[in-house]
Amino acid sequence: MLWKITASLARKLAAIFALVVLGGLLSATLVRLAPGFDADERQLDPRLSAESIQALRQAHASEDNILTYYAAYLRGALHGDLGTSQALGQSVQSLLRERWPVTLRVAGLGLLLAWLLASILAFTASLWPRPAYDVFGITLSGAFLCIPAAVLALLSVVLNAPGYLAIALIVFPKIYRYSRNLLAKAYDLPHITAARARGLGEIRILARHVLPVAGPQMIALAGITISIALGASIPVEALCGLPGIGQLAWQAALSRDLPLLVNLTILVTLVTLLANSGADVMIHILRPRDV
Amino acid sequence: MNRARKLACGVVLVVCGLSLAANWLAPAGYARQFREAPNAPPSHQHLLGTDDVGRDRFARVLYGTRISLLLAPAAALISTTLAALVGGLAGYLGGIWLRLARAFTDLFLSLPWLFLLITVRALLPLNVSPLVSVVITFLILGLLGWAASARVLSTSADALRNSDFILQARASGLHGPRLFLIHVLPNLKPVLYAQFWISIPVFILSEANLGILGLGVAEPLPSWGSLLRELEGLISFRDEPWRLVPLLLLIVVMTSFQMLLSETTEGSAA
Repeated sequence: MLWKITASLARKLAAIFALVVLGGLLSATLVRLAPGFDADERQLDPRLSAESIQALRQAHASEDNILTYYAAYLRGALHGDLGTSQALGQSVQSLLRERWPVTLRVAGLGLLLAWLLASILAFTASLWPRPAYDVFGITLSGAFLCIPAAVLALLSVVLNAPGYLAIALIVFPKIYRYSRNLLAKAYDLPHITAARARGLGEIRILARHVLPVAGPQMIALAGITISIALGASIPVEALCGLPGIGQLAWQAALSRDLPLLVNLTILVTLVTLLANSGADVMIHILRPRDV
Repeated sequence: MNRARKLACGVVLVVCGLSLAANWLAPAGYARQFREAPNAPPSHQHLLGTDDVGRDRFARVLYGTRISLLLAPAAALISTTLAALVGGLAGYLGGIWLRLARAFTDLFLSLPWLFLLITVRALLPLNVSPLVSVVITFLILGLLGWAASARVLSTSADALRNSDFILQARASGLHGPRLFLIHVLPNLKPVLYAQFWISIPVFILSEANLGILGLGVAEPLPSWGSLLRELEGLISFRDEPWRLVPLLLLIVVMTSFQMLLSETTEGSAA
């Protein structure tokens, strides 16, 4: 069993490595080919001397070839140097060090609240199935699914609500809809009907017969919701004035600070992949063994 | 089609009809400024009042709805066509092509959607004409939104490839593009329709998010994203409830799409 888990983990890590290397190459190519890449506004500054302008041109000359540009980027990344933000004039690592804690706190609290709300609604709807309660849950989640994430962020500003509440309301409907469907399918299985016929209590049926069936997919969902929460952090942090990774990505996009933006995207992708891989390993560990 | 879905279909059609009739219903246009009346409340002249720079909000809502509601399906068409090409072909060819296509779609799907959108949007010039900004915004949505649909289509095409009737067609000497176009693609139609309809609300919401963040359609052209940006200056709901009209319209249309989609996806699954 340990061998299987190790092999699965090794495959996942190889996939992550391949995805990051390929994603990095794709991003570097896009950055290199983007209009205005080799133009530097500083070259137009009349205060700069001819030598300075020449130095600026030489700095860009090394970035002419996509492969050498990417190789230089990878070399730097391996040494912990992710480059410097063009707009903020600060190293990407120091920006990440400053901003990650804010995003971790806001997205983490938002996720926690979303899971709490969705689980309470989904489990109570499964334990005490009432059509009106089901309609209430579907309508509530449907309403939040119809509202753009950025509008929820704006409304949280108007109502003076904390940013993590906006993230929770963005993630909640997805968790509720999916887990409600999973639980409904699990409750439809014949062995649940058999357990009910034998007089087992609802709590016992849920804990011993439903959760083992729906659990693995809910763990997979947990991995996916991390990605959704990180995506939601862009509008929430940008509009609520929270200085996290999302706000940084938004500022980088507005000022076309491409190196910073690409680094952020790769980093968030890496976190997403690691979360999904972690979920996969947990599913592997918790999966009931064949007898 | 039950009563709720008929109602949803009716709502979408009415909203589309009203937006198409914007030229007649709001002859003032979306860009004309009434400089003597900025931030005016609703009146006979301006049914939903005016915005910060004195433009008629009713006209902007109608024209914005037209842009969002007509271009989101266009983006969905692009993404579904790409998905059919990548996913459908990979599933039909099978083997290494299917594995390669799945690895590539996985790479795409692992990139967080909003991060990917703003990154690609930032790669393109931001100070462009309003018309170009509309094209860029919806083209990006169409060109980046194919991966999830391609994953679904590759699975469906893979199942079709191993089906009995394809085997018989192969045995009868049919192969290559002819087999794909005559037997595989028509059988993928229900999945293609479902993916097309599912993409529309996703793209409407994505455009709204981009617009609010200032990375969508450029002023003075309105879209649901740029209209919702007005909520930024809202102090309380009670003082100026008419400012919420674009949001309410978006919620009504999205709810209608959700109702219609539940039938489309059920139909394709059946």
